[in-house]
Amino acid sequence: MGKITGFKDYERKNFTLAPVSERIEHYNEFTTPLSKKETEEQGARCMDCGIPFCHSNYGCPIGNLIPQFNDQVYRGKWENAFRTLMSTNNFPEFTGRVCPATCETACVLGMNETSVGIKNIEYSIIEKAYKKGWMKPQIPKRQSGKNVAIIGSGPAGLAAANQLNKAGHNITVYEKESRIGGLLRYGIPNFKLDKKAVVQRRVDLMSQEGVKFITDANIGVDIPLSEIQATSDAVIIATGAGKPRDLPIENRDANNIHFAMEFLSQSNSRVEGEVIPKEKNILATDKHVVVIGGGDTGSDCVGNSIRQGATSVTQIELMPKALLERTDDMPWPTYPRLFKLSTSQAEGCEMDFNVLSKSFIKDEKGKVTGINCAKIEWEGRGFKEIEGSDFVLKADLVLLAMGFLGPLQDDIIEELNLDTDERSNIKTDGFKTSVAGVFSAGDSRRGQSLVVWAIYEGRECAIEVDEYLTASKTMLNSRDKSLCEV
Amino acid sequence: MKLKCYPSKEGLYDPEFEHDACGVGFVAHLKGEQSHSIVSKGLELLANLEHRGAVGAEKNAGDGAGILTQMPDTFMRRVAKEEDIDLPEFGSYAVGVVFLPRDPNAYIECKSIVERCIEELGQECLGWRRVPTSNETLAEMVKSVEPFVQHVFVKKADDIDSDTFERKLFVIRKYAQSVVTASSVQGTGYFYMPSMSYKTISYKGQLITEQLPLYFADLGTDDFESALALVHSRFSTNTFPAWALAQPFRYIAHNGEINTLRGNINWMKARKSLLKSKLFSDDELDKIYPYLINEEKGSDSSVLDNVIELLVLAGRPLPHVMMMMIPEAWRDDEMDEERKAFYEYHATFMEPWDGPASVAFTDGKFIGATLDRNGLRPSRYSLTKDDILVMASEQGALEFPSEDIVLKGRLQPGKMFLADLENGRIINDTEIKADISGAHPYKEWIENQKINLDDLPLNREVKQPNHNTVLQRQKCYGYTQEDLKTILTPMANDAYEATGSMGNDSALAVLSHKSINLYNYFHQLFAQVTNPPIDPIREESVMSLTAYIGSQGNLFQEVDENRNFVKLSSPILTNIQLEKLRGVSKFNFKAKTINILFDVNKEGSMEVALENVKEEASQAVEEGYQVIILSTRGTSKTRAAIPTLLATSAVHHHLIEKGIRTSCGLVVESGEAREIHHFATLIGYGANAINPYLAFESIEDMRKRKMINKDVTPQMAEQNYITAIGKGIYKIMSKMGISTIRSYTGAQIFEAVGLGDELIEKYFKGTPSRLGGIDIDTIEKETLLCHSIAYPTQIIEANDLGVGGQYAYRQRGENHLFSPETIFLLQQATRNESYETFKQYTKIIDEPNEEFITLRSMLDFTKKSPIDISEVEPIENIMKRFATGAMSYGSISEEAHTTLAIAMNSIGAKSNTGEGGEDASRFGTNKNSKIKQVASGRFGVTANYLINAEELQIKLAQGAKPGEGGQLPGHKVDEIIGVTRHSTPGVGLISPPPHHDIYSIEDLKQLIHDLKNSNKDARINTKLVSEVGVGTIAAGVAKAHSDVVLISGFDGGTGASPQTSIKHAGLPWELGLAETHQTLLKNGLRGRIVVQTDGQLRTGRDLAIATLLGAEEWGIATSALVVEGCIMMRKCHLNTCPVGIATQDKDLRAKYTGKPEHIVNFVKFLAQDLREIMAELGFKTIDEMVGRVDKLKGREDVKHFKAKHLQLDRLLHKMYIRTDDTSYKTMEQDHGIDAALDNELIALAKEAIEHKTSVKEHINLRNVNRTVGTMLSAEMTRKHGEAGLSDDTIYFKADGSCGQSFGAFVNSGITFEVEGDANDYFGKGLCGGKLILYPPKNATYIANKTTILGNVAFYGATSGESYIYGQAGERFCVRNSGARVVVGSIGDHGCEYMTGGRVVILGDIGKNFGAGMSGGIAYIYNEKDNAAQRINKGMVDLDALETSEDEAEVKSMIENYIKYTDSKEAREILADWKNNKTKFIKVMPKDYKRVLANLPRVKDEQDVTAEVTA
Repeated sequence: MGKITGFKDYERKNFTLAPVSERIEHYNEFTTPLSKKETEEQGARCMDCGIPFCHSNYGCPIGNLIPQFNDQVYRGKWENAFRTLMSTNNFPEFTGRVCPATCETACVLGMNETSVGIKNIEYSIIEKAYKKGWMKPQIPKRQSGKNVAIIGSGPAGLAAANQLNKAGHNITVYEKESRIGGLLRYGIPNFKLDKKAVVQRRVDLMSQEGVKFITDANIGVDIPLSEIQATSDAVIIATGAGKPRDLPIENRDANNIHFAMEFLSQSNSRVEGEVIPKEKNILATDKHVVVIGGGDTGSDCVGNSIRQGATSVTQIELMPKALLERTDDMPWPTYPRLFKLSTSQAEGCEMDFNVLSKSFIKDEKGKVTGINCAKIEWEGRGFKEIEGSDFVLKADLVLLAMGFLGPLQDDIIEELNLDTDERSNIKTDGFKTSVAGVFSAGDSRRGQSLVVWAIYEGRECAIEVDEYLTASKTMLNSRDKSLCEV
Repeated sequence: MKLKCYPSKEGLYDPEFEHDACGVGFVAHLKGEQSHSIVSKGLELLANLEHRGAVGAEKNAGDGAGILTQMPDTFMRRVAKEEDIDLPEFGSYAVGVVFLPRDPNAYIECKSIVERCIEELGQECLGWRRVPTSNETLAEMVKSVEPFVQHVFVKKADDIDSDTFERKLFVIRKYAQSVVTASSVQGTGYFYMPSMSYKTISYKGQLITEQLPLYFADLGTDDFESALALVHSRFSTNTFPAWALAQPFRYIAHNGEINTLRGNINWMKARKSLLKSKLFSDDELDKIYPYLINEEKGSDSSVLDNVIELLVLAGRPLPHVMMMMIPEAWRDDEMDEERKAFYEYHATFMEPWDGPASVAFTDGKFIGATLDRNGLRPSRYSLTKDDILVMASEQGALEFPSEDIVLKGRLQPGKMFLADLENGRIINDTEIKADISGAHPYKEWIENQKINLDDLPLNREVKQPNHNTVLQRQKCYGYTQEDLKTILTPMANDAYEATGSMGNDSALAVLSHKSINLYNYFHQLFAQVTNPPIDPIREESVMSLTAYIGSQGNLFQEVDENRNFVKLSSPILTNIQLEKLRGVSKFNFKAKTINILFDVNKEGSMEVALENVKEEASQAVEEGYQVIILSTRGTSKTRAAIPTLLATSAVHHHLIEKGIRTSCGLVVESGEAREIHHFATLIGYGANAINPYLAFESIEDMRKRKMINKDVTPQMAEQNYITAIGKGIYKIMSKMGISTIRSYTGAQIFEAVGLGDELIEKYFKGTPSRLGGIDIDTIEKETLLCHSIAYPTQIIEANDLGVGGQYAYRQRGENHLFSPETIFLLQQATRNESYETFKQYTKIIDEPNEEFITLRSMLDFTKKSPIDISEVEPIENIMKRFATGAMSYGSISEEAHTTLAIAMNSIGAKSNTGEGGEDASRFGTNKNSKIKQVASGRFGVTANYLINAEELQIKLAQGAKPGEGGQLPGHKVDEIIGVTRHSTPGVGLISPPPHHDIYSIEDLKQLIHDLKNSNKDARINTKLVSEVGVGTIAAGVAKAHSDVVLISGFDGGTGASPQTSIKHAGLPWELGLAETHQTLLKNGLRGRIVVQTDGQLRTGRDLAIATLLGAEEWGIATSALVVEGCIMMRKCHLNTCPVGIATQDKDLRAKYTGKPEHIVNFVKFLAQDLREIMAELGFKTIDEMVGRVDKLKGREDVKHFKAKHLQLDRLLHKMYIRTDDTSYKTMEQDHGIDAALDNELIALAKEAIEHKTSVKEHINLRNVNRTVGTMLSAEMTRKHGEAGLSDDTIYFKADGSCGQSFGAFVNSGITFEVEGDANDYFGKGLCGGKLILYPPKNATYIANKTTILGNVAFYGATSGESYIYGQAGERFCVRNSGARVVVGSIGDHGCEYMTGGRVVILGDIGKNFGAGMSGGIAYIYNEKDNAAQRINKGMVDLDALETSEDEAEVKSMIENYIKYTDSKEAREILADWKNNKTKFIKVMPKDYKRVLANLPRVKDEQDVTAEVTA
């Protein structure tokens, strides 16, 4: 455990953020971690609960052994903490940056105090491990001779690849884009997750471990899946849930109305030095930007727009503004829907809630110029417009960030005639699709979710694949079952 | 066919677990003068001990009574003559008493067998006599199995002497018994021979004491003469026809309990091949052997008698045999060397028959008695000027004019008392023992034959740790991170066992999906009621870990040249010690190492390997190896180790079967053993010593990895670990009341859950495993699971050990009942009053799929015959049946404690105050706890506390740590807790393991009687913990007139306890409850008592199953705390509870959010959930549902690889309900308080009680007047409250012998002045009253040299004063927290656990004075300068009378003493006060001193262990 009375002795401390004026000038990460001593004190705040809710279903989806590594950090056993962390989480450098930290909202201390700063501790452990050289490629002990193809290199695909490689299988990851990482690479802004220093660092490590990456390979479109199947003993589809929710209102066809992902991926590519053809440019520079949708993706649009030099950024949301504190409807340890100003929002944007977008306004050139909006009132699950509340939002660029609806391309699904569920995700039994030898993991199976859930999916899917390939009990760690278990 | 003493096994009832305790005594003429008067006096004595016996469901069905006398020669001649038999001279004939079956064929068969056996042994059968009996007064049940009682007359062959004749008679008896048993004739089971001797004869039967002379007319005949009469009245836990088990036996009458019986029996069997006697031929030994132990008969006393008889007849004097079998603690500094040598010599080949015992014995010439080392049974004696010697469990059982008494005394722990009737004198302990230990040069023998292990040369290389492979090897044995962190770290750091709290809600080993070490299938058994646990810390002087390795030699031979042995001071061997032993070359010693490995690639090879190991072992012993080392060294990719416990027990039993076990020492070199429980099981199944090499390596590895404290060196870590194991083993042994590792070795004090019958029979013979379970192939599978992780075929992530999850919830860890989901849903449901959410919660627990945790999850309802729910009795009725568990204010916060009380009071249910007393301001309000607990610490148990209860609960054990005491560290004792517990704030408090007024079932009966007197309206509830045999104990509890019996599961318990106890002690309630219900029904006692159960009860389904298994009331504790906000931090012992429940920290208490409504919602939901199940099953009321096991069945759909082997149906045996009984409580117990003397006292004191007018009266007392003054005090307290009346308002002058519990719970204003003597428990719970005791003025003996007061006086006294002129017995003022007492002198363990008050002792003290004393002051007049060495200085300082306050205090107390008792000695002290005051020692607890001086606390042991009394 941490220190017995640590939670009474120490206050919670967070990483510091660079001032807004400074950070909006670049696309780099802008947090300053705590010192070693400070981090160890934060570890001491852990109470080593008899039931650590942080690593339950309310908390960490991959079951990180949080009390263990908190204690190890408190005691200065950083390398032990690193081993503990790696036993459940393939990519703590990702989750340590972008995870919404459901562990912290489920932390027992958080019930009536500020919770333990678990996410920052995780970050500190993994970054120390890289710095100290503890992160070394783990070369498989022996080769099984089985080939596994993984379609999609997002967090789910990477996690599955990482796991199955340990089990000694031959792994090939196919990515339709030119760089590996999927959402990690193209969705999340560089200032939240550095592409070269963090994402590529990991990809390189995996390559050294023997995982083969093939980019610009759009399976199901450019290459039929059957071709892949022919050379693989198992296939995992981890193509994500990239199909965005649209806003089919009047003048949707106006120019400069884009889905958030189009904007974000282009922005990330540009940061990585890719030259975008001018005609394809989606830039916020000197524009009035309206982001429709108040979630994380929306925030990412806000942050990028500000960095690109937008004249104004407005984010509107159909739903009411979330509350600031838990109510009886959102009891501990459930993940509460609370309003929390994101770092991007804090960088300067207007926000409005209960806003209905009724139609787009376009000019004669077909360019969008604004949105006809109205304020609404919620009544149960439905809403009604407030009479006379109509207003117009000026907009030169509209970014739609209203969530995702399922796999982006149906080509593979169609080719294999895979069963899908009512939300158009790939339907599986465990992680097995309706076609033998084909598995699915991540958002393409589960629907839009968090990075940490994608890692979970990749890991658990790998277990099924391994057992399928070897027809024996796997030695891969699962979230719920120990190896010593029947 | 088997002997039929008890009914055979039925359902969960097993006759093996019978217990008895008793009244025992003798009358003798010291000069050996025979008379009928001695016999009559014996019978009178017996009748006056009736209250120590018991009656069953039928009032006239006793448990057994009997008398043993010398052969009444005149009488026998006369009655033989009537049968036309002429008896030869005394010494040449014998009379055998024979119980014959009534069935004509069987009758003839048995008789002819006896005759044949007599002839075969070369003696002559002269004929038979039908003993006249009259069964008119017997109960039907007893009559139904009544035998014919006959005498058989045997004539001695001419060519042998009388002693040889006696041995032949013994062989005849044994032989006849085994021939009858082998007979194919039906109905011979009732055959039994109570005695057959030329010297003595016994008359006994299943009778109550008064029935004995009525039944046997012989005893009333004037010419029936004897110089001695040994009598016995039995209190068995069960009331089954057991004629044969009535006592006395042939040599002894035993009041006690042999805790180590199973081991003793095994060891006796194991000795067989070594037994050779000059006095018995081999043929005779063969004839004796089958019935030597007679274990099938079930009574420990009978087995003890059998072995004593054998050893006596084989040539050792009776007192010598008693010293061998029931040795005193012999590490005592005051003991002379010869005696120590005697004990050590015998220790090498006879393990103590350990347990509380008062044994009276006689061979017809000598009569005497001895007491066990702990002195846990009372024995008092007196001698009159007419040479009548009386010894009995109580003083005053036989009345003599006080001026006729010349000597009075008591037996002290481990001491013997002997009367030589031929030479007409009493021989004291010192003389007997000096004679016996001087008979041979034992010291020389020992020196020639013994070597200390550490003195052996080291001639081999010592194995060193290998850090590269340690992880891999840890994985082989299923080590987890928890093992390192939770278990090994505190042991290595501080030599302490880890403490935990909140019970155990994880899966049973057999239900777990994981590979679980075989040890975890074994649950520790513990003592409750019938024998007391011991305090291994405060009474360490009686404990011993010393063991001997080597051949035990021939038990019959005094000197055996071939015997050599190595002495071990601890059963845990370091690597160096092991190599010394392995390389032993002294004497003819040789050690053989046998690897216990098997091939992992061949299925079924574990069993094959095990068989080979067994063979190899027995072969080695036959080849002359004296040390067998079973070793797990050498595991590899292809070889895994057989579980160490399996191999050890298999070899142990194999060697026993071959009769060669005692020829060798069995040593284990194991990588697997690491926890204290592991070592206990290994020793319990036969290991003499263990080398846990991988645990040592793990600790060294952790040390290198800086996981243990910096300042701990490798040697310290190893030594700390060994010390911790030693302490842990002490604790485990002591919870069963066992003091020495020698008698624990092989004692098998465990019950298995989930091991199959075949496995048990083959490898763990004699271990109860009632639900069957897995076979050896499944064990192999579990072993291989771990092995496959140690040798994986691919990269294993992070390559660390498994998480464990046994002690805290962990993802990938063990399953727990309380998971994040269930806690969340339960809290949400009860806070939001949402039954819907509650059902989500119950669904997770009730429908576990294959994730089984509890036995009940393996049960299913059957035969659904639904009714509409509106027909089911309303929620309000059902809610009244709930109680909360005993959680004391102190262990939980005031807020949490009162919330429970308010909630339960509002719905007519009951909350339980726990053992910490209760703030009087809560009495009479809605915060009053209806159940007030009376636990061993007796904190705050006063007359006022008792009258404010609706129910008084006697806590005999608690689920979290049955058989253990506890302590509340000083830092938790704040102002208010100090006040409610009647102690000093800041001073730590210790609860002793036993109630010092309950050492046996008859003592419990006494306490129940005391409490009923203290509050006649309260129900008396006896709390037990589930274990095998709890049913028979519950039957005893019912017979002791408890109104309620609570069967707690082992898994419950919110208090802080050692992890070993939380996990491994006790059994699930399902087993205990079912056994209890079945056994009560079998006894016809069920209708007399409410059966309650608790232990991780969570849902309506749990309650339904509890009800169907036999409980009509239920307790909730853990779940109630969760409803209050507990989130199972399991940090209760650290005072850091973040939700303000288990803490006294002000800031944390402010975070408490629980409300009474939440608890009410919870109980309401539970009741509703239960109602729904009732409707489904077709029950309208709970009453009709109780015990309906036909509505349950074992689940049939189980696929789980281990659980599928369980046979749950065994839990569901349907017991026949007798016509005079019911399946739930319908009849009131007869507490017999209407006849109490107090009714008269109350009448006499009426004026005082009503008008505070002074009353002074005179009364006469006898020992049968028990608990005098208590009801009077209760009546007065009801009227005047805690404060009572002013001093001496009610004043009784009394003459005679006080019965037990005289003056219990007497409040202020009441005074008793007694001229006479007193028995045990005098002044128990004294709370303000005044008790004066002095010998009769006309007595001729010297008061200060005479025991006038029994044992355990002033136990739990909280205030008041007392003056005792004369000697008091053992355990004087134990747990006194406020009384001021002056006494002449006292026995052992004085002032133990005292927390307050003043005690002045004007003479000698016994050993171990002041152990565990944390408060109050004792002043000892140390005239002989022998006090200091007898004081246990662990917690106290010895000073002189330093201040004038001290001096004034002592002086004024002595002045009062003189005023009340007129003590001559006290006058003398005061006469020269100036000089004499320097002879006083002031005994003051260090902690108390510190608090009074206002000094800061120093971190001490208590903080490290931080145990809490719950």
